[in-house]
Amino acid sequence: MGKYSKILFDPILNNNPIALGVLGICSALAVTSKMETSVVMSLAVIFVLAFSNLSISLIRNHVPTNIRIIVEMTIIASLVIIADEVIKAYLPEISKQLSVYVGLIITNCIIMGRAEAYALQNPPWKSFLDGVGNGLGYTFILIAVAFVRELFGSGKIMGFSIFHLKTEGGWYSPNGMLLTPASAFFLIGFIIWIIRTFRKEQVEEA
Amino acid sequence: MSNDSIGKTILVALAVCVIWSLLVSTAAITLKPIQDQNKKIEKMKNIIAVGGLMDVDKDIEDIYKGHIDSRIVDLETGKYLPKDKQVGLLNPEVYNIKKVAKDPELGKLIPRNKDRARIRRMPKFVPVYFVKKDEKVSRIIFPVYGSGLWSTMYGFIALDRDLNTIKGFTFYEHGETPGLGGEVDNPQWKALWKGKLAFDENNRLRIEVIKGKVDILKLESKYQVDGLSGSTLTTNGVNNLVRFWLGEDGFAMFIQELRRGGFDGKVQ
Repeated sequence: MGKYSKILFDPILNNNPIALGVLGICSALAVTSKMETSVVMSLAVIFVLAFSNLSISLIRNHVPTNIRIIVEMTIIASLVIIADEVIKAYLPEISKQLSVYVGLIITNCIIMGRAEAYALQNPPWKSFLDGVGNGLGYTFILIAVAFVRELFGSGKIMGFSIFHLKTEGGWYSPNGMLLTPASAFFLIGFIIWIIRTFRKEQVEEA
Repeated sequence: MSNDSIGKTILVALAVCVIWSLLVSTAAITLKPIQDQNKKIEKMKNIIAVGGLMDVDKDIEDIYKGHIDSRIVDLETGKYLPKDKQVGLLNPEVYNIKKVAKDPELGKLIPRNKDRARIRRMPKFVPVYFVKKDEKVSRIIFPVYGSGLWSTMYGFIALDRDLNTIKGFTFYEHGETPGLGGEVDNPQWKALWKGKLAFDENNRLRIEVIKGKVDILKLESKYQVDGLSGSTLTTNGVNNLVRFWLGEDGFAMFIQELRRGGFDGKVQ
């Protein structure tokens, strides 16, 4: 793989921020009961992650060490507000469902983590790709979890009926547990298990 | 200049703040009109839904313009506010119940012993929305609000033109616990309100939300709605706010005025 595509695609399976780093779990539990919200949340995270990495990398040689974290937080928080405003303006319905979780991207450890671990040491273009890549890794897990939760929890995908529900005269009685955030824990656990079965090097020593 | 010198620290901090505050405020200001439009449509959508006019194939604004006739009511006298005074904050098109309640002229303080809905201040002038079908009013929609457990809940209640039968009830804004008090949004619970009576033969306010399930064999069941299990405090809040707004401090005078005029489904 080329240098850049490695930066971009490595975080999806080989170095996934959720599956390997176990970061950003909070929102992965909260917004994945539906595909629609997961897609919007993922796009917001990709946007914030890519541009926070880019901006922090641009000023990395000028940031005084003693205010480093605050500068990073200012940039991240501003980007989150911008993302939130855009979602509120153009996707008001979804913004209502996502409620506080867009704002909580600020506290998503993936973003701070990539800024500290990558953007501070690397040039802008590479940092930007790293941001997009990690965002895609986050997206991959969110979509996978949301797919299972929405399909078996409410018989739908992206709001379209796939399994005809009993309450509407069909045959499928949905598994309500999948709609509770706790179910996402199990699903993420399964995904980590599957990934580590094929990528043995990710298994931590007991 | 070294990165860690005081001068550079201040310079970087300032530069970061200025640049990002510019970006954030630009985003906020340019997107504000679109967000306001969304809020307006959201409100229209709720009025249409509670008015029983929902039609997914039609434009919300078109339905609203075609079927909804709004008037501002002076709660104290129960009469309509003259058209020439329905301007500014009291223009029914832009009316915002929060703003009007806060306004020192247009809002008023509620005496503590009367404040069932626990809202402290309320507007003196409130809009009502008439739902018109074939030139006749089919429902009248009243805005209501009050405290739940965590938040102030804002909603609409629709009465039939008999000024008694409840036709619909919905909240358009609240911050109750999802899954518990948040179940006030549950369509099945909202459907329980349909067909209930607000007043008895002597025009006494009877509607109430009770704890637990309504016993349909009892006579008073036509005035009662099931409480939400696991959310007693939200349920109490709903009960209080409905009774407050349909009661003597709310729309009672207005409803009385309409009854006295022999309301026949026409809006003056």
